[in-house]
Order: sequence, then C-alpha cells, then structure tokens
Amino acid sequence: MKINVIYFGMIAEAIGKNVETLQINSIQPNTDDLTTFFIQQYPVLKNKSFKIAVNQQMATNNTVINENDEIALLPPFAGG
Amino acid sequence: MLNEKEKHRYSRHLLLDKVGLQGQEKLKAAKVLVIGAGGLGCPVLLYLTAAGVGTIGIIDFDLVDETNLQRQILFSINDIGKNKALAAKHHLEQQNPYITIKAFAEKLTSKNALELVQQFDVIVDGTDNFSTRYLVNDACVITEKPLVYGSIYKFEGQVSVFNYNNGPSYRCLFPEPPKAGSVPNCSQIGVIGVLPGLIGTQQANETLKIILEIGTVLSGKLLIYDALSGNSTSINIKRSEEQIDKTKAMKPHFASFNYDAFCGIDLINTIDITELKELLKSENIQVVDVREEWEQPRINELNALIAPLDDLDDFVNQIDRNKKVVMVCQRGARSLQAILHLKKEYGFNNLINLEGGLLNWK
Repeated sequence: MKINVIYFGMIAEAIGKNVETLQINSIQPNTDDLTTFFIQQYPVLKNKSFKIAVNQQMATNNTVINENDEIALLPPFAGG
Repeated sequence: MLNEKEKHRYSRHLLLDKVGLQGQEKLKAAKVLVIGAGGLGCPVLLYLTAAGVGTIGIIDFDLVDETNLQRQILFSINDIGKNKALAAKHHLEQQNPYITIKAFAEKLTSKNALELVQQFDVIVDGTDNFSTRYLVNDACVITEKPLVYGSIYKFEGQVSVFNYNNGPSYRCLFPEPPKAGSVPNCSQIGVIGVLPGLIGTQQANETLKIILEIGTVLSGKLLIYDALSGNSTSINIKRSEEQIDKTKAMKPHFASFNYDAFCGIDLINTIDITELKELLKSENIQVVDVREEWEQPRINELNALIAPLDDLDDFVNQIDRNKKVVMVCQRGARSLQAILHLKKEYGFNNLINLEGGLLNWK
C-alpha cells in the first residue's frame, strides 16, 4: 500500500526530508503499525517524540490507514 | 467608554463593521495575560497594546540579553540587563497611554499560576520550555480560560487556541512531555528572527478575535507554518475528555505539583539504610514499601505503607505530600520506578529512594 508522508520540525531534520511516498507491505495497517514501521525505517526516530495525523486529523486512538492517505509526523516543540 | 482622543486613535478600528465602537469598547474592557516577554511575547504585546486591549499583564523573570535583540523587537540595547516584564511595560506605556500594563517580574510557578491566571480573560503562551507550557495549559484548564498557544522551532511554528468553547487543550494534542533534553530550545539551536514575529502576530490576531467575538477562532486546529517554504498546514485536534478531567482533578493539589519533575528535568533524591535509620530518629517521615505483601524481610519499625508497585495508583491518596517520603523495595529498583511514576503522573516532589533496598537491613 502507498502512503504520502509529511515530516515536521525535528523529525524532518532527523531523517533529512520533508515529504515522501512510502510503500507499506501490510494489508490493513493502523497508526500503531505505522509508528513501528517508521522506527524500523528510520532508527533515528526511536528516541524522538511525535504524533501521527491521518488526513489532517490527529490520531488519538489507533487509526486504520488506507491507500493514498496523507500521514503527518508532528513533533512537539517548546521554543518561544 | 472611550474618550474623544481614544476614538481618534482607534479610528481605523471604528471604521470596520466587525469592530466599531462596540468592539473597541470590548477591547478596552478585556484583560489579557502574556506569559513570557520573549520572541513570541514581544510582537503579541506590541499588537495588543496598539489595538487598545485595556489591561495587559506580562510575566517574565528573565533579563534582556544582547542575543535576544535579534528577535525580541520590543527591546533596545539600553534594556540589556533589565527585567523583560518591566522593560516591556516601559516601552508599551509609551506606545499607548490609554491602557494599563501590569508587569510581574517573577517566575510563573504552580504556586502563583492559578491566582494570576484568574485575574485575566485570555492567556497567551509565549514561554520557551515544556514544563511552563504544561503548567500554563493546566492552569487554564482548571480556571477555564482560553489559551492562545504559539511555539517555534528553527524555521517552523505552531499556533492554536486551547480551552476555548469546550475545545481541546494542549494535553489533548500532546498528553505527555517529550523525554527531558530530547527537544532543544531556541537558545540551544537557534531560530530565524522573523519566525516568532510571524507566529506571535497570529497569536495576537487570535486573541483579538476571541475578545471581539468575530471570525473563526483557531480552536480544535493546529496550524503549522514553515517559514522556508511559506506553506501552512492545518491539523484537526479532538478534545479528550479523559485529559481534561485528569487536568481538572489536579486542582486541589495544584500548588504542590512539580512541573520540572513531570518533564523529567530534576534529580531524584536517594539515601542508604544508615541515612534512613538516622532520618527515622530525627524526623517524622513516611515510608512506602512497594514490594508484594509476601516479600521478606519485613521491618516493623518502618511502619511502612504497603503499596505494591502494580497497585500503586490505588494508594496515591495515602502518600503524604507534606513530609519526606522514603520509597523502599527489595533492591531499590522498583522503588525508583515508583518514584518516577508518582512524580510524572501525580507531581510528587517529596519522594526519596532507598538505594540498595531493604535486603541489607540489619
């Protein structure tokens, strides 16, 4: 399955890109699977804190992902 | 009521049908507290002052430093070394003599937050660290005040309005702070000077919309702006009743909640058996044993509260917050885990770990 991903802040910085299209080899993945997938794909994310949004909606519970969904990885930041 | 001079000063507002005389009077009657007079606070303060918000509070304990001048546009070289809240008040009073500026040259803490926040209608968050951000959010949830949130990282900014008309809070977005030290701040990694201006003016705009009751307030949405691409992204956030209820339940012991500990940025006190024996003689302390009931040795003279680690949450109300509490177990590992949990979830700041545990008690 193909998903479109947008990375923000420190996450984009850590993996060196802002957007990409990724192929996931899972029939019906959810946001928990995605977290595992991203950490496998980018081990540098292991100690980073981020939230996942699916189609511009922040995922609170485990959310099912569909083909061509837009996934965003949002880190918290506190600067002011 | 506005006098003739004020009517003239605010004439461009009075011409707008969404503001007008009525709106300008709402602005004059409004009380806004700006937390932090830094990168975000400066543009917020300048625009709220210019717009005629009648009472503006500024709290900041920090002093103006030369490296602040790259983005903290309220200050000049003559302010270096002065308290930011007081220096800001001085400049803003020259900008608009028709409003009241209250400067608080102190640190916002869980001890003064509720009382301070209560005196204002809208709170603007311009702080630069997680522990104060969670403190501000929680104080706003407890006192039911709208919170205009802004945050920046290098070239990127986030804006939202929390606790507005039953909307989500900051904890509905980020329930837990990130690991201590994992997210650096502007002074460590830098920030493009214009970014707090871009984000701060959006915070000022949201504040004015709340007061004037116009437009659509940025509640339930996180706006993310990337200064490098010029792109804005908006993410919807849902209110979590669980997070709101948990925050409201903090009210009775809010003043003793340790936000630095919650964010993992303070140290854990430890003692050994000899020190524990001395402490038992010299002070009225409480001992909490987090082992299972069957585990040996049992030391009667400790008069310990038995609160096995797995059921610790059920014993929280029996753990004293006002005296030293020594947490014990067999070897000192579970008691340490218990301390981390109690600090993080319940804000305890009086817990001491018995290093090495009770195994070597003689």
